[in-house]
Amino acid sequence: MSEKKVISGAEGVAIAVKLCKPKVLPMYPITPSTLVPEKLSEFVFNGEIDSKMIHVESEHSAISALYGAYATGVRSFTATASQGLALMHEILPIVSGSRFPAVMFVANRALSGPLSIWNDHSDSMSERDQGWIQLHCESNQEAFDTIIMAYRIAESKKVLLPVMVCADGFYLTHAYEPIQIEDQEKVDAFLPDYTPEHYLDTTNPKTFGAFAQPNSYMEFKEEEEKAMREAIREIIKVSKEFDKSFGRKYGNGLVEGINLEEAEYAVLGVGSVCGTIREVIKELNEQGKKIGLIKLKSIRPLPVEDLKILCKDLKILGVIDKHASIGFGGALTNDIRSALMGEKVKVEGFVAGLGGRDINKEKIKELINTIMKNKEGYWLK
Amino acid sequence: MKVKEKEKKENIPLTCGAVITQPGSTKKYKTGEWRTFIPIIDQEKCIKCGKCWMNCPDGAIFKTPEGKFMINYAYCKGCLICEKVCPVKAISHKVEEK
Repeated sequence: MSEKKVISGAEGVAIAVKLCKPKVLPMYPITPSTLVPEKLSEFVFNGEIDSKMIHVESEHSAISALYGAYATGVRSFTATASQGLALMHEILPIVSGSRFPAVMFVANRALSGPLSIWNDHSDSMSERDQGWIQLHCESNQEAFDTIIMAYRIAESKKVLLPVMVCADGFYLTHAYEPIQIEDQEKVDAFLPDYTPEHYLDTTNPKTFGAFAQPNSYMEFKEEEEKAMREAIREIIKVSKEFDKSFGRKYGNGLVEGINLEEAEYAVLGVGSVCGTIREVIKELNEQGKKIGLIKLKSIRPLPVEDLKILCKDLKILGVIDKHASIGFGGALTNDIRSALMGEKVKVEGFVAGLGGRDINKEKIKELINTIMKNKEGYWLK
Repeated sequence: MKVKEKEKKENIPLTCGAVITQPGSTKKYKTGEWRTFIPIIDQEKCIKCGKCWMNCPDGAIFKTPEGKFMINYAYCKGCLICEKVCPVKAISHKVEEK
């Protein structure tokens, strides 16, 4: 039976994964994603899920085993964070280049050094060029729902790219919120069985992980780029169908505009910070200040056309970057600025919340005051 | 534009994820061009022990129906392992001239 439960974000993710029935779970624990493998191993131990849990020796092995599982043609899952994701780096483009529709949960956490276990987006932002779809979540319900949507998007024959479902470490993973847990039958109806065209089979031998000569490598990468563009349409489609089946949606699945009518200034955020921004703009709107919010859910593919439409009446857009591309500001700001090149809106970047620094209401008000005075963005400490 | 057309003609059909669906495609990849040193078997000295054939990492040495061991230069990269393992020094090498 569908029921509402007050549970941690990580437990919600684990339950969503269980409902998607992955066959192989290569897992390596790392704070703050550890609760996900913990819960999943409980499910495996209790026989609630028919999956093989592999206790690997590192994240490099976890992602390699995930690759292996997908080569045999079964749905799989892993979760990681921070240094764990960085250790996976080598294999990430191999999974996407092999067009394996894997799903991985990333509990966003700062990269060392100095060592920090707290939240920012430096881990996943550093991997945004590896051919993985990257979807961020504002709430635990959204994380639960995005896991289910992620398998549908990834496994679409038009896409066949892996998805990284990102949720802020601690702010979401360790926070207890009510989550609507959906029925197995409903999830089964929404997410059909995974039936790949190519997989390892001794009676029909195929080669995976072959090398490509200079005369074809670029074409394979171009195919990935086309699939990523196709993913824009597919994410919108899956988001609509999810809404029809479960009655919940997050913008168009890629990006959501809030209070943008009549607004001349807006803040763009990714992940849990959007909840705080919503509160601030509600207060400011009551005071008669028209401020909007753009909640960016999909970092890759970047919904350029949607961003242009959402920003068409804006004067200035302030971007909150929870990652710094040291030497050239915030990577997200740079992406948004180039997406909006030629539009009349001016983009100001604010690097904030690094290593778990709180982005509270006062800081967001400070950001809004800065853009309303037409001043440049800075490190919002 | 002409270059692009030429490159396209050489292309093999792309499979999703670069999967090779037919086994044995490595044979199409002739690695003999890489060779700097060319090994030569002196058939008079050869005792037909087959050590070169067993140790060739590229499978470039083959056995003829008469029991002779020969090198397929289309694939031999010139690593000279065969020369090293030959117990009667029947294999020598020269610098490849192209």
